[in-house]
Amino acid sequence: MFKGRELGFRLGTGAVAFCIVLIVAAIGWELVRQSQLSIAKFGLGFWVHDIWDPVSGEFGARPFIWGTLYSSVLALLLAGPIALGIAIFLSELCPASLRTPLTFLTELLAAIPSIVYGLWGIYVLVPIVRSLESSLPESLKMVPLFSGPPVGVGMLAAVLILAVMVIPFTASVAREVLKAVPMSQREGAYALGATKWEAIQAALYYARTGIIGAVMLGFGRALGETMAVTMVIGNTPKISLSLLAPQYTMAAVLANEFSEAADELYLDALIEVGLVLFIITLTVNVASRMLIWKMNRPAVKRKPVRVATPVGEAA
Amino acid sequence: MRACQRVFATLAGLALLVSGIGAQTIQINGAGATFPNPIYSKWFSEYNKANPKVQINYQPIGSGGGIRQLSNQTVFFGATDGPMTPEQMQQAPGKVLHLPTVLGAVVPIYNLQGAGELKFNGQVLADIYLGKITKWNDAAIAKLNAGAKLPATDITVVHRAEASGTSYIWVDFLAKVSPEWLKKAGVATSVNWPVGLGGKGNEGVSGLVQQTPGSIGYVELIYAIQNKISYGSVQNADGEFVRATVQSVTAAAGAAVKNMPKDFRVSITNAPGKGVYPISSFTWLLLYENPKDKAQSKVMVDFVKWALTDGQKFAPDLGYAPLPAEVVKLEMAVLGTIKVS
Repeated sequence: MFKGRELGFRLGTGAVAFCIVLIVAAIGWELVRQSQLSIAKFGLGFWVHDIWDPVSGEFGARPFIWGTLYSSVLALLLAGPIALGIAIFLSELCPASLRTPLTFLTELLAAIPSIVYGLWGIYVLVPIVRSLESSLPESLKMVPLFSGPPVGVGMLAAVLILAVMVIPFTASVAREVLKAVPMSQREGAYALGATKWEAIQAALYYARTGIIGAVMLGFGRALGETMAVTMVIGNTPKISLSLLAPQYTMAAVLANEFSEAADELYLDALIEVGLVLFIITLTVNVASRMLIWKMNRPAVKRKPVRVATPVGEAA
Repeated sequence: MRACQRVFATLAGLALLVSGIGAQTIQINGAGATFPNPIYSKWFSEYNKANPKVQINYQPIGSGGGIRQLSNQTVFFGATDGPMTPEQMQQAPGKVLHLPTVLGAVVPIYNLQGAGELKFNGQVLADIYLGKITKWNDAAIAKLNAGAKLPATDITVVHRAEASGTSYIWVDFLAKVSPEWLKKAGVATSVNWPVGLGGKGNEGVSGLVQQTPGSIGYVELIYAIQNKISYGSVQNADGEFVRATVQSVTAAAGAAVKNMPKDFRVSITNAPGKGVYPISSFTWLLLYENPKDKAQSKVMVDFVKWALTDGQKFAPDLGYAPLPAEVVKLEMAVLGTIKVS
């Protein structure tokens, strides 16, 4: 009887887990099925074509792919170090009386709806970005990264708002991961005469896969963020390196154009944009998984953390 | 066994019959354009007060979505800001009728310190949106606005980011006055904009325009009135510069009556006539001529008749222009052709 219950439990949880796989497969299948017209007409060219013209029925997703990846990567570069700093401070250095309110506040940031971020972006962030952009020295404007008229909305505003939105996610997961590092790791480091910074380094090394997971979680969130980004990015499907240029993302074009897309090809092209986003998100997640596996496996070759040599000990 | 089934079927049939007789409310579902949503909601709630048995639900999901759901017959009626294309009409499983309900207008807004109220014409607006006019002190703008203080600043063009009926009306006007616009961008709820920034919704466009010195954009008249945004006047086909008001928008429909096609699928942008505001448009309800559900059909026809007559008085307060009496008369005749039994 016990065996039967055990079996049932295994099967039950297994079925639930299998459901996840099924759902992902069903989403992929449905996206492919619904975008047949567009896939048949544009093929792989859809990924590299630059024109998005609903009137003449010409669709290419490259500006959206570029905008999505560019904004997410930049947001991650900006948010990653800050989030890590927050996590380290909260788990290792923060006085106990400050810890609870600060943790609460970081997690509160994650709970704000993205439309609120978007409105804040339009009315507060964009004017600040605009004045910042107008005060750029002329010499800097020659650099492709800062070329173009200072209109406020555009890549920079989107990156800043994405960074603010990603920070709480990455920071709270990274903090949890650091909290899970056994005390013995730090104590061991101290026992060898490590300074506080070195002990933290040891803890960070121990937690590295979890921290990468936290960063990838933030990246996933940035890739799919829709409302706040569409409100500040300028919604112009043109590829540009410039932070000042208005651009577009995949999630934003879906949100903007789906409701009014009446003709079949247009609708199919939009669904294919969804498919592309699905593939990219999946790839990013698989890649980060692989990275974590790779880091975990060669545990033997672990590079030891350098610890200050205690005074007086002969080398 | 069989007898048992028969009894069951009879009982079920009886139950259906009884519930049919006893039904307190008849529910009708519709979906479509967001632009007329405020007045439609008002109408449905007012009509429900007068006829408690009738409950009409409307989902403002966008014109395209409304047309799609009507074609799939998941809703009883649709609503759109741009008439259905011939292909869309063909794809629908039955003949679809377009019934204008009210009128709306789109106005140009701009942010130019100390310039006062500016005058535009279609050619200038089209050239600005094509990226051919890039400075505010361009000779073409200066010619229309003698005496206005026009700086040599760059023009920042703002358009709607998402596909919308507002954009449709705006580009429909640009295409009528500028062959180049028709060729390069065309007419649709969402086009490949030659230049400019996309703002999300009326609030996104007006927000960008109000914040960006030297910018120009367009919003619905209702939105400009409710938010006290000043807007420019536009030259009509007769050469007058007209500001958008409820009267000048209704005048645009009145001017179109003479050439009104039988199916009402008509664009009234750049309409001829005195005092006509040129960037005006109907918004339409979409109904099947021969719907499946005749009970719903009868109720819906009664409702539309009410909306076109008594209902029109709610329009001006909400910023819509009421239909001219001639159009209502033509529509009443068409309503008579809808099958209700």
